[in-house]
Amino acid sequence: MKFTKTAAVLSAAALVVLGACKTPTSTTPSSAPAPSTSDGGSSAPAAGGDLKFTILPKNLGNPYFETSTKGAEAAAAELGVTTELVGPAEAAADAQVQYIETATQQKVAAIELSANDQTALCDSVKAAQAAGVKVVTFDSDAPGCRDLFINQATAEGIAKVLVEMAADQSGDAGEIAILSATANATNQNAWIELMKTELTASHPNIKLVEVAYGDDQDQKSFDETQALLQKYPDLKVIVAPTTVGIAAAARYISTSEAKGKVWVTGLGTPNDMRSYVEDGTVKEFALWNPEDLGYLTTYAAKALVDGTITGAEGDKFEAGKLGEYTVGADNTVLLGDPYKFNADNIGNFNF
Amino acid sequence: MSATTPAYPDYGQPLWKRVLLTREMAIVALLLVTILVAALTVPYFADRMTAYNLLRNMFATLMIALPMALVMITGDIDISVGSMVGLTCSLLGLLYASGVPFELAMVLVLIVGAAGGLLNGLLVTRIGLPALAVTIGTMALFRGIAVGLLGTSTVTEFPEAWTNLAKYEIGTTGIPFIIVFYLVLLAAFIYLLHFTSFGRGVYAIGLNAEAAAFSGVNGARTRTILFMLAGTISGLGGIYWTLLRGTARGDVGDGLELQVIAAVVLGGVSVFGGVGAIYGVVAGVLLIGVLSSALQLVGVTAEVIKIITGVLLIGSVVLASFITWVKDRRARPALAAPAASPAVGG
Repeated sequence: MKFTKTAAVLSAAALVVLGACKTPTSTTPSSAPAPSTSDGGSSAPAAGGDLKFTILPKNLGNPYFETSTKGAEAAAAELGVTTELVGPAEAAADAQVQYIETATQQKVAAIELSANDQTALCDSVKAAQAAGVKVVTFDSDAPGCRDLFINQATAEGIAKVLVEMAADQSGDAGEIAILSATANATNQNAWIELMKTELTASHPNIKLVEVAYGDDQDQKSFDETQALLQKYPDLKVIVAPTTVGIAAAARYISTSEAKGKVWVTGLGTPNDMRSYVEDGTVKEFALWNPEDLGYLTTYAAKALVDGTITGAEGDKFEAGKLGEYTVGADNTVLLGDPYKFNADNIGNFNF
Repeated sequence: MSATTPAYPDYGQPLWKRVLLTREMAIVALLLVTILVAALTVPYFADRMTAYNLLRNMFATLMIALPMALVMITGDIDISVGSMVGLTCSLLGLLYASGVPFELAMVLVLIVGAAGGLLNGLLVTRIGLPALAVTIGTMALFRGIAVGLLGTSTVTEFPEAWTNLAKYEIGTTGIPFIIVFYLVLLAAFIYLLHFTSFGRGVYAIGLNAEAAAFSGVNGARTRTILFMLAGTISGLGGIYWTLLRGTARGDVGDGLELQVIAAVVLGGVSVFGGVGAIYGVVAGVLLIGVLSSALQLVGVTAEVIKIITGVLLIGSVVLASFITWVKDRRARPALAAPAASPAVGG
C-alpha cells in the first residue's frame, strides 16, 4: 500500500502549485499578473496608489476588450490608481459572478464591468455595492444595479449607422443578413431590433433574410458566414455588429468567390479590418473608440470613488484628454457618436 | 461469507489502514491541506464569504457529481448533464412565463430531466451504444432544444420566495441554507451506493458486467436507473441555477459536465468503472472549488486555473493507475486468483 506516499506527493504538489501562484502578488501587491499579456505598451501604474480597480470584461483574449483595457489602464496611470484585469475565458451568462465576488472580497474601490447578462450578475453587483465597491458598467450594461453606465454610443445611433451602411452598400435594395454575437447578447439584440424598425420604416426594398449567431467565436462566425452564403445566393450585405463576427466574415469572403459581390459591414476595429478594406472585401464599417471608452470608464469610476459625482443626472466630471462629461438620464454617460472607417481614413487609426 | 464487495480490497490489512490509506482519503487530505495553506497565505481567503460563494457556485456540481459517480462506477459516462441543466433552466423559465405555477413547473422539469436520462439509458442499454457516443449526441440535442426554447429572450421574473432560498445564509456562518438540502441528497446517495444491494450491483457491473449478470444483477435496469438519476439531478441543477441567478437562459450549464466529470475522477472514481466512493467525490468537487477560488483571490487568470486543474486531474489519474500497477505486480506472485473472482458470493 503506497497510499501514504500518494497523499504526501499530492499534498506537496498542492503546496507547490499554490505557493508558485502566490508569489507574484505577495511580493508586488500592486501589479496584476494578467494584463501584460497583450497590451505590451501600458506600463504598470505608478506606485503609491491606495485605490484598486478591477477591470472585468466579458471575456479575456478579446481584442476589443484588450483595447478598452489599454485605455482604462492609461487613465488609471494618470490617476495613480492600481488596476487588475480579470475575466472568464468564455463569455458565458454567469461566468463573471465569481470575479465580482472575488473583487468584493478583495475590497477593491471600483469594478469596471462589461456585463454578460443583464440580470444574472445583479445579485453579486448588489453585494459588491453593499460592501462599498462602486460598480461602473461599460460597453454592455446591467441596468437596475450598477452605479453608472458608460455608453459607447446610443443604440439608436448605432442602428442608424449600421442601416445607413447596409443601404449604401446594397444599393438600398435586395437581401441582407445579420451575423450577431450570442443569441442573448444585450447590445446586439437591442441594435438588431432597432435596425429592423429602421429598415421597415425607411428601406422597404431591403429584405433582412436571417439573423445568424456566431457566438463571438471566430470559427463559429466563419462557419455561419459560409452557411449564409450557401443559403442565400443573392445576398448583398452581411452586417456583423460584433468585432469578432465582422473579422471572421470578412476573412471568409476575402478568399471566396463572393468577394466584391457580398459586402461585409458592421462594427469592427481598424486593425482587424485594415487588410480587408485594403483588399476590397470591405467598403466601410463603424465603431467608437474602445480605448476612449475604457479611458472614460476609469475616470468616471474615480470620480464616483472620490465622491465628485454620485451618478445622478447632471453631474459633471473631467475625463483627462477627453474633456468634460455630464451624466445623462438613467445614470448613463455617453461617449460620443459612432465613427465610420473606410479606405480614406483607416490609416489614421491604430487600435 | 456474505457477498464480498470488491471495492474494498485487502481485508488482510487492519481496519484503520483500510479506512485511512485510500485514494479518497488522499483527496480529503489534499483538500484539507489546500484549505489550510490557502487560509494562511491567500489574502481574504479566510473569510466566511469564501465558503458562501464557493458552496453556492459549486452547488450544481456538488449535486450532479453524486449520480455521475454512480454512472461512472458502472463504467458508463454522461456527457449530457450540462446541457440538461440548460434545458431544464430554459424550460422552467418558459413554463413559468407562460403561466404554469412555479411549483408545478419545477416538478415538470424534473420529469423532463428523468425522461432525458431514460432516453440516454435506453440508447445505451437496449441499443447497446457506448455511453460516451450516446451522451455526446444528447448533449447537442438537449442544448439545441434549450437554446431553441427561449430563442433570444430571457425570463427574469421568478417568485422571490424561491429565489431567496438560493441566497439564504445560515446565520453568519458562511454556509448557504441549501446545503441542508444537499446533505439529505448526499445521505441518500451514500445509502444507495454503499448500503444497498443496488449499490453493490453498481460496483459489480463496473468490475465485470458478465459476472454481475450471473450473480443476479440486472445490468440494463441498474444502468438505466442511474442515467435517469443523472438526468433528474441535472434537472435539480437547472432549477437551482434559475433560482440562484434569477434568470433563465439556454446557455446555462455550458461546460458543467467537464467540471463534474473532472471532480468525480479527481475524487477517486476510476474511469474504467468499479472503483469509487461518494465522500471522495464530494472532496473532489470541493478541492476544485477551493483551488480555483484561492487562485482567483490571488489573481491567477481563468486559463491558468484551468491548466492547474487539468494538471492536477491528469496527475491524480496517472498516479492512481501507477499505484494499481505497482500493487498488481506485487500481488501477482503471491495470490493471483482473488481479483479474478469477485462477487460470486451467492
